[in-house]
Amino acid sequence: MGILDSKVPSGPLAEKWTQHKNDINLVSPANKRNIDIIVVGTGLAGASAAATLAELGYNVKTFCYQDSPRRAHSIAAQGGINAAKNYQGDGDSPYRLFYDTIKGGDYRSREANVYRLAEESVNIIDQCVAQGVPFAREYGGLLDNRSFGGVLVSRTFYAKGQTGQQLLLGAYAAMNRQINRGKIKSYNRHEMLDLVLVDGKARGIIARNLVTGEIERHGAHAVVLASGGYGNVFFLSTNAMGSNVTAAWRAHRRGAFFANPCFTQIHPTCIPVSGDHQSKLTLMSESLRNDGRIWVPKKLEDAQAIREGKLKPTQLAEEDRDYYLERRYPAFGNLVPRDVASRAAKERCDAGYGVNKTGEAVYLDFASAIQRYGKEKALTSGIKDPDAATITRLGEEVIAAKYGNLFQMYEKIVDENPYKTPMMIYPAVHYTMGGLWVDYNLQTTIPGCYSAGEANFSDHGANRLGASALMQGLADGYFVLPYTIGDYLSNDIRTGPIDTNSEAFDKAEADVRTRMEQLVNNKGTKSVDYFHKKLGKIMWDKCGMSRNEAGLKEAIAEIAKLREEFYTDVLIPGGMDEMNQELEKAGRVADFLELGELFAKDALHRNESCGGHFREEYQTPEGEALRDDKNFTYVAAWEYKGEPKDAVLHKEELTYENIELKTRSYK
Amino acid sequence: MKLLLKIWRQKDASSPGKMVDYPIDGIEGDMSFLEMLDVLNMQLIEKGDEPVVFDHDCREGICGSCSLMINGEPHGPDRLITTCQLHMRKFKDGDTIVIEPFRATAFPVIKDLMVDRSAFDRIQQAGGYISVNTSGNTVDANAIPIEKEAADDSFNAATCIGCGACVAACKNASAMLFTSAKVSQFALLPQGRVEATERVQNMVRQMDLEGFGNCTNTGACEVECPKGISLENIARMNREYLMATAKG
Repeated sequence: MGILDSKVPSGPLAEKWTQHKNDINLVSPANKRNIDIIVVGTGLAGASAAATLAELGYNVKTFCYQDSPRRAHSIAAQGGINAAKNYQGDGDSPYRLFYDTIKGGDYRSREANVYRLAEESVNIIDQCVAQGVPFAREYGGLLDNRSFGGVLVSRTFYAKGQTGQQLLLGAYAAMNRQINRGKIKSYNRHEMLDLVLVDGKARGIIARNLVTGEIERHGAHAVVLASGGYGNVFFLSTNAMGSNVTAAWRAHRRGAFFANPCFTQIHPTCIPVSGDHQSKLTLMSESLRNDGRIWVPKKLEDAQAIREGKLKPTQLAEEDRDYYLERRYPAFGNLVPRDVASRAAKERCDAGYGVNKTGEAVYLDFASAIQRYGKEKALTSGIKDPDAATITRLGEEVIAAKYGNLFQMYEKIVDENPYKTPMMIYPAVHYTMGGLWVDYNLQTTIPGCYSAGEANFSDHGANRLGASALMQGLADGYFVLPYTIGDYLSNDIRTGPIDTNSEAFDKAEADVRTRMEQLVNNKGTKSVDYFHKKLGKIMWDKCGMSRNEAGLKEAIAEIAKLREEFYTDVLIPGGMDEMNQELEKAGRVADFLELGELFAKDALHRNESCGGHFREEYQTPEGEALRDDKNFTYVAAWEYKGEPKDAVLHKEELTYENIELKTRSYK
Repeated sequence: MKLLLKIWRQKDASSPGKMVDYPIDGIEGDMSFLEMLDVLNMQLIEKGDEPVVFDHDCREGICGSCSLMINGEPHGPDRLITTCQLHMRKFKDGDTIVIEPFRATAFPVIKDLMVDRSAFDRIQQAGGYISVNTSGNTVDANAIPIEKEAADDSFNAATCIGCGACVAACKNASAMLFTSAKVSQFALLPQGRVEATERVQNMVRQMDLEGFGNCTNTGACEVECPKGISLENIARMNREYLMATAKG
């Protein structure tokens, strides 16, 4: 257990980070010029870390599988970014953001990390505005805010439904400035396939050039993994098609512990699955729950008539609708946290109230918001006694200004006009709170290997609040990691360049080649997607929104069997010394097939319900998650020992010195 | 739906390419265009053939990875969407669909339908940023009030996803719409004015070096742009460039 030292500094919560920054070792500007750092992944965490490290003077190499760093999946984040600016004067503060995040995460995250995140949140907004990120503004020229789930203040900054895009373009621009100065070299269309350890320290990576197929060695004094989450283990998720766990999993196999793999976020508002051909799912931003009301029919026969196409939702009278979130959670209403909203949707659909053909959809309705905004707009525009058509038109204009691109996205996919008929939505896999275990300095259990953003496990506990992923990615990358890594690198000023002709690199490269040859030469009968889809179905059915002991045991056995079948029967056309998209996918799915089993094992061992981890055996009479603080107030960090079934559990006990553990209530 | 696909196949940058016919059946209207290609690829793989290579990632119209000329139009027949958002309900049973890569000297083909758009990265590296350190020691965000209209215009320019449809649509393969959007997003904000002169000069110089053609005001780029980036940006960039040149 000695190995899991979180390295949280002592002292009062609010002073820990400042004190720590004063205490850690620095590297002089002259020495930084002789130190190399590899950053894998160029989303918000990776791009911001790379830019800042280069600006500080280190030599940085970035790696991404996309053709440009700016295409990393952070770009798809829609709704916003939280910051405790209190611009609305509604009583917000870093403490309140800290408290909301710990509570939202169902008391399974580390206090000191979360407080630091809340503290740094205010800097992010200043920084981004200075970089020219065009956040939404009010007519007075000042920044606008909206609300997200699980909180009672308005602290979310946004750029319409494209906040992630604008923030990533900001971080990418900061990277470009350093590329132009020669301080960052960016390797695009490259995939990290292994981490190289020399004398127990991370000293480089093996990467594949995805255009030529060439295997490359890259040495560095430290390696930062900012490679995102593993939601694609479910095959269908809101992640990009290429999002994968490979970089993190390769590090795990080399000794980095993997924490809380079963903590996954199922987002309540996504466009429902339309058929077997489905390749991915599309999110409809949580910001829509500011104005949209979620409902299903009150009567089973109405639900059935709607499913059969005999009744339209707009024909249903107000009293025949069940606004179940407002009914069950009057204090937070439609803005309960994601895990709560998702489970509530599943509960209604399982009970037979679902509204699409498959019975797996609920309504998100903007009709009352359109009326409310329309009346307000008519009043402020000086229109006396507006008729119904005018109110609707004005209201639709307001909604379009707020969420226009999301409505357009919905209409293109579903072929229905969401201004006129309510949206149909259903929960889908969206984010993974689990990830590589890191200490307060964001260092994994491998010295010199750091992890930032969604790839690490650190800040969101068992459930992430909306608009907090962007906050964490940028806080890690701009304001935390570039300083904490210096403490480690201060011991490396005499090391000199890392030699990639060493035995360690030879061996790592040979391992990568053997693995790829095995896949390419297998010549089985089934495509990679066949296995990925099968894995996804096991995960969704047995490790999804609710889990139980029997199902998890089945999942473990089924995934192990599927993995065996994969290695005997997968078919990959083409070779390894050329561009080969099937081979890329095969490597990623092979890793998902191991992670999936560890995921189920982790879910099985955690005999409690908390946040997104809902075990059917552990619930209150009202069907809410029932935590077991006595036995499970810890981070489960798994050590790799060959097969996932042999993984060894290490615990980091979570201590709450500033917050009292309570049952989460949003009623 | 039963369709005939005519797809450009090219082994690599140095090999010649050709159109190949692929009949396909069982396509549903609710499938996206890329899901239709997934179906084709699955069939090719199971026959032991090499699947068709194309760029794609987020599949929700924001990463800008996907491209494709579909029946001669970048991102296909629908408006204000990318290829990944195009659905097969826009086609009918028996249609022939011609699928080619984006074509431009500055976008060499890598394989099949995948092209190299790194020229766009280099244009942005030449000056598409505000030179401010990421230390967090900046002024309070609300210390710089910005007129809502300017902020909105800047945002609209900044929604460019860098897909390259503007270049593919242009008879001159000009990158003016892309470059002007990137210039405008900063030029419209007070924070971006400080370096405006140098920025426009450096970005335009790089754009020319990459071998993109000139703008002759045809406006095809604006029509085909999945994000509706306005031609006004080109006018703004020309103005900025002229002023920068006058300053010397």
